[in-house]
Amino acid sequence: MAAAISTDLQMITLTAPLALDSGKVLAEVRVAYDTYGELAADKSNAILIFHALTGDQFVARTHPVTGKPGWWERMVGPGLPIDTDRFHVICANVIGGCMGSTGPASLAEDGQPYAMRFPVITVRDMVRAQMALLDQLGIERLHAVVGGSMGGMLALVLAAHWPDRAARVLAIATTARHSAQNIAFHEVGRQAIMADPDWQGGDYYAGGKGPDKGLSVARMAAHITYLSEAGLTDKFGRRLQDRDAKSFGFDADFQVESYLRHQGIAFTSRFDANSYLYITRAMDYFDLAEEHGGRLAEAFAGATARFCVISFDTDWLYPTAESRAIVHALNAVAAPVSFVELSAPHGHDSFLLDVPALDRVVKGFIE
Amino acid sequence: MSLRADLAKIAQLVPDGVRVLDIGCGEGELMDVLRRERHVDARGLEIDPELVERCVSRGLSVVQGDADRDLADYPDAAFDVAILSQTLQTAQRPDYMLDQLLRIGRTAFVSFPNFAYWKMRVSLLVLGRMPVTRHLPVSWYETANIHHVTVEDFRLLLAAKGVTVEGCWFFAGGREIGGANANWRAEHAVFRLSR
Repeated sequence: MAAAISTDLQMITLTAPLALDSGKVLAEVRVAYDTYGELAADKSNAILIFHALTGDQFVARTHPVTGKPGWWERMVGPGLPIDTDRFHVICANVIGGCMGSTGPASLAEDGQPYAMRFPVITVRDMVRAQMALLDQLGIERLHAVVGGSMGGMLALVLAAHWPDRAARVLAIATTARHSAQNIAFHEVGRQAIMADPDWQGGDYYAGGKGPDKGLSVARMAAHITYLSEAGLTDKFGRRLQDRDAKSFGFDADFQVESYLRHQGIAFTSRFDANSYLYITRAMDYFDLAEEHGGRLAEAFAGATARFCVISFDTDWLYPTAESRAIVHALNAVAAPVSFVELSAPHGHDSFLLDVPALDRVVKGFIE
Repeated sequence: MSLRADLAKIAQLVPDGVRVLDIGCGEGELMDVLRRERHVDARGLEIDPELVERCVSRGLSVVQGDADRDLADYPDAAFDVAILSQTLQTAQRPDYMLDQLLRIGRTAFVSFPNFAYWKMRVSLLVLGRMPVTRHLPVSWYETANIHHVTVEDFRLLLAAKGVTVEGCWFFAGGREIGGANANWRAEHAVFRLSR
């Protein structure tokens, strides 16, 4: 199970309880966040970055648990496309998460971890908590919001429901709704966690043992969806792992098996299994057009921001057609929108990796 | 930066402050001028991702897409002006594209190279080969221009579709010329159209 997180994270407690889409109310909500670059005196240079499903606020800082570089260090920093010499960058851990913001591992009013008593949250609830954070930081209007994958969903929700809070909305490798295929993959992950006897109905926090096997399998399945077939073939092919011949057994004979097992195990050291359940659920519930009878354009009727939507040609998780649907809707309400499908070999994960064209578009749009 | 003659003409004719869709906007040269000098709300559609990238870098709103397919996604009368410059001859069906143009924009500008320009005729007559010129610089087998059109052909299409010609302008050697014998003398034509 995830290691205990050091308590010196930067965080605030929201001054008011958070009313959730489910009708429930979360009292005493903490939002952990990180910031980079100086906030201008008039507070006009703030950029809010929304992280992806398993991301966190450590965009451009060494991760306190894994010791690895921040997840977007190639994009955010001094002189980089999102230039922290000019912009004040904020990234907050989503509620339901496990890097300091209130989530299923947090203590409820009775002093025990919420576990599965944590209310089911939505993507809009995640944004709601971060808008409350901005209120408390005194930032009214952001220079930009930026998000990839789930972060892109948060960015779209902000544009739809808090249209005056950002001048620019940059949504990368994302979708306006989770498809049946997206939900299906998430369900495999959740079932893997819940089938692990160590999950114990979610009440594993007291003992030393959590559903690491289940969470690891969930991560392995999800990780495949982040890569492209060509990328996997290129990286691993059918090459064997540390051996000259097949073992005629069930060890990790192939490099790709070894790689996935490693990804799965490494993930359990930094992520809480119940958080994984709650966040994937929020993503599956996500459908921006749902409350408008399926008419996505209506969701953006009050949009005031400039938009930029980016997809990748090898992303089969949130393929270009999903981005085009967003662009189509924005065009229908005459919102200023740019869109580009970039060519990159890495599948969905391209937004995190070395794609120079992405850097140029992000920089150009943010300026 | 000076615009190509046909684009400069269009820039001059677009009214101030209107909403414009530039189809096949390239690097956004025309949009940039329209935005700065005519204060228009300009949007672009461009098929080449590298050109879209450059447009985004200059702060323009440009969607990467294929005009043959994606114009259908724009609502009716979404723009005051729709511009199709040097793109008609690359369309799968120029007649359908013209319909889309006049559906999306109240007014449309269409600019195209005139294949009946006298140098082309001479080239074809004398050499017996598909002309390769300054404005049509690519050999027949690799050109994107799959529907070569002349000023006369275009007029006949407009007549058949009942499209109103609000104005037309002709260019040769980078300069505007009069309309007399345009089908012989013009390298380029710009038409302003409406329904």
